[in-house]
Amino acid sequence: MDEAISSPLEQTIAAPAPGTMREFWRSYAQSGGALIGLALIVALLLLALFADVISPHPPNEQYRQFTLQPPMWEEGGSSNFILGTDPVGRDMLSRLIHGTRLSLLIGLISVALSLSFGVLLGVIAGYVRGPTETILMRLMDVMLALPSLLLAIAVVAILGPGLINAMYAIAIVLLPHYVRLARAAVIAEAGKEYVQSSRIAGAGALRLMFNTILPNCAAPLIVQATLGFSSAILDAAALGFLGLGAQPPTPEWGSMLAGALEFIQRAPWVVTFPGLAILITVLAFNLMGDGLRDALDPKLKR
Amino acid sequence: MALLEIEDLHVEFGSEAQPLIAVDGVDLAVDVGEVAALVGESGSGKSVTALAAMGLVEFPGRVRAKRLVFSGRDLLSLGDAQRRALVGKEIAMIFQDPLASLNPCFTVAFQLMETLRVHGTDAERSNAHARRVRALELLRLVEIPDPEARLRAFPHQLSGGMAQRVMIAMAIACRPQLLIADEPTTALDVTVQAQVLDLLLRLQREQGMALILITHDLAIVAETAQRVIVMYAGEVVETGPVPAIFEAPRHPYTQALLAALPEHNRDRARLEAIPGVVPGQYDRPRGCLLHPRCPYAVERCRRERPLLYGPSERQARCHFALDASGRPTGGWKPETRTAPSEAGA
Amino acid sequence: MLAFILRRVALIIPTFVGVTLLAFALIHLIPGDPVENLSGERGMDPARRQRLLHEFGLDRPLPVQYGAYIGEVLHGDLGSSLTTHERVLDEFLTLFPATIELAFFAMVFAVGLGLPAGILAALRRNTVADYAVMGVSLTGYSMPIFWWALLLILFFSVQLGWTPVSGRIAVEYDVATTTGFMLIDTLRAGDWAAFRSAISHLILPSIALGTIPLAVIARMTRSAMLEVLREDYVRTARAKGLPRWRVILVHALRNALIPVITVIGLQVGLLLSGAILTETIFSWPGVGNWLVHGVQSRDYPVVQGGILLIATIVISVNLIVDLLYGVVNPRIRHG
Repeated sequence: MDEAISSPLEQTIAAPAPGTMREFWRSYAQSGGALIGLALIVALLLLALFADVISPHPPNEQYRQFTLQPPMWEEGGSSNFILGTDPVGRDMLSRLIHGTRLSLLIGLISVALSLSFGVLLGVIAGYVRGPTETILMRLMDVMLALPSLLLAIAVVAILGPGLINAMYAIAIVLLPHYVRLARAAVIAEAGKEYVQSSRIAGAGALRLMFNTILPNCAAPLIVQATLGFSSAILDAAALGFLGLGAQPPTPEWGSMLAGALEFIQRAPWVVTFPGLAILITVLAFNLMGDGLRDALDPKLKR
Repeated sequence: MALLEIEDLHVEFGSEAQPLIAVDGVDLAVDVGEVAALVGESGSGKSVTALAAMGLVEFPGRVRAKRLVFSGRDLLSLGDAQRRALVGKEIAMIFQDPLASLNPCFTVAFQLMETLRVHGTDAERSNAHARRVRALELLRLVEIPDPEARLRAFPHQLSGGMAQRVMIAMAIACRPQLLIADEPTTALDVTVQAQVLDLLLRLQREQGMALILITHDLAIVAETAQRVIVMYAGEVVETGPVPAIFEAPRHPYTQALLAALPEHNRDRARLEAIPGVVPGQYDRPRGCLLHPRCPYAVERCRRERPLLYGPSERQARCHFALDASGRPTGGWKPETRTAPSEAGA
Repeated sequence: MLAFILRRVALIIPTFVGVTLLAFALIHLIPGDPVENLSGERGMDPARRQRLLHEFGLDRPLPVQYGAYIGEVLHGDLGSSLTTHERVLDEFLTLFPATIELAFFAMVFAVGLGLPAGILAALRRNTVADYAVMGVSLTGYSMPIFWWALLLILFFSVQLGWTPVSGRIAVEYDVATTTGFMLIDTLRAGDWAAFRSAISHLILPSIALGTIPLAVIARMTRSAMLEVLREDYVRTARAKGLPRWRVILVHALRNALIPVITVIGLQVGLLLSGAILTETIFSWPGVGNWLVHGVQSRDYPVVQGGILLIATIVISVNLIVDLLYGVVNPRIRHG
């Protein structure tokens, strides 16, 4: 969760110049893990997009006669419900597939929100310096002082439980990392010559910040955004599990695990599959994030 | 009498198919109490040769040799424990960047006394007080003022020159028979360089140990060594005594090295440089390794790799070794083309 | 050195102030009437509401309220739980040792396995051992803790019956709480059976909680060792003819530990996050569980006090880690 983002190596890396896409791809493809990650993400994306078509059943349809049916390959299972059913008779497979859509959406929105605000604040802080920067960074320090789940819970305590509020909470949790990263990158770049020459040529502050400096800080931000996805999905699942995130009957993977403890003996599949889905998705994003990091900054290659 | 004998040493790195050849069939011998200089530019393989002799070339490097004998003992057949009893005790080595070569987390005392605990006399190995006494003695021997205070210091609190003295103290702690100094002064201030060199030579004389001085700086060599071994691209290209080798170099590379010295260029506007670069992993020439850069290269040089020709104290790896006036012998005739081929930038 | 300590402490203060601000603001940011939120009473008649408003000091200007809040905090008054009516601070102190015990053993597990695993992976780089360690590590921090805990229970408690499912100790033991640490209390009471029960209850939760820190520590140790093993001073150590184990464990590891210690310290915050989830699953009576129930039952004094206290602890631990870093790295210690 936290450590996936707070890599001790928050360096500025030059983004690949246009036309070196193939160079980048060759670098990226060198790692088997990175390719697996990418493949998994593509598969998940397809699942999410075509969830309605692929799912054998509607995710919230309760089949009262078929509650707690085991998966197809076990005794008592049927091909009607390939991965079995949950305590109220909903098809596990369909719920998992729709959960993919939810998880990817959560990741996308939280990271997008957090990234845009974070970069904005970080660039301003790094460019303007002075008291604005100090106040902003102190605020970020406070946010980082709290364990991430605690902060998320605090936000949800204020906003109330629910999937949308969970997304806000997660975006807030991720925010300080992007602010710090953007600020560090801007400070490092601002001293360089091409920035000075731009400024001498008469470029205004905004233009300097966003057109000139930012593209060169893109690489570490991209890596952190990808790893942010993993964090977001794990945090959303945790909130869902605690009943503070997605509310029933929403088929979010974490909330599917809430209250699963009592079924652990009778129906272990209710416990195993949602978690497995989370694991695979988070793993995919972590693999891709690692692959991006290795491809974009050869100095960090192990 | 030979102390260290290396015969046909090969060291490679990288893939087996296209290896990076660092040392390519080197023969080297150093006598008891002798001061020999191992000279060459970066990439000549001089450091790797020394590391291989010490057994410090780790995987993925591959070392093989026909003979690797120290003080009559066959280094190739030694087990790990036996080699470690030898290395650090009988053969010691100091390196180029003394501040990076000392462990930043431990004091001078710790690092100095560690050697004594492993390789020292019986008294030193068992008695901490004996180790401390010897440590102070060593620091005084290398001319470090206020040794008691220095013992407590951490490496980052030392200057470059001081750190190198500490390295030297560690190296001679157990009275080695051979000390290898790999570019000991390159990373130091010019003012300190002479002091450290003088120290090395004085210790060499007093302790009667052999010294292999690895350097790319010919000026140092002239004042310190008795014998010079010149290396290029992993091969020995010339050996000879000082000062004969400088007065009449027999290999074109040595000649070029000397010609590039500021002392030889006093009446010129620009230093005479050797065109081209040392061959890398993928462009190792056939024939003589120097031919792309050698002003005297002819057809035979491009075809046939020369062996070391000449009497054992004065050898040169050239088909047309130079005579006393610096001209190629052996029936050499210049080619009609005027410019030597260059191996690319 | 003293200057270093003072500087670090000084840096902490604004962060701490910020946290108190956050905790203070919590009550006012929560939707609904602050009086209702703080008292737990709904639909009061206006007179009562007015009286409570005055009692809680909510009619005073915000900065004054904040000052009063800080005063109360420094006196240890964090309000009382709406559900149990116990003082928040007292409840926290009663429950905290359970969380510490859990976090401690989770850390022992994480470091005890993670450090050697990382060293092994670095020494056997690009071999099966290396890939295995890295693969397990990657899986470890890609897993949701609560699911991992459930799987562990499924396997070890349900299928194998080796470990108990929940709680700190079997129900039949009634141990006098002197320190609040179950292991110490059972030992003091001389009750071996109870001690063994306490240990068996600790095993699964510690493993569950410690898995993510284990993964991170293994990874970090590996990369730190790989870097250090390339350094010149390691070559010097070998050139001195030191035994291999000494080169690795004394010379290399000592330097590799410097970044690793920082990482270990950062795990504490993570441990507290994870404790929240782990305690829920194992019904472990610690502060994580307490906080979650507080949020779920809208027990706002608990939420406010809990957040303040936990955040304070995390900040303090980070401070200690920072200072420890100064001790471990001679360059900082001796300027």
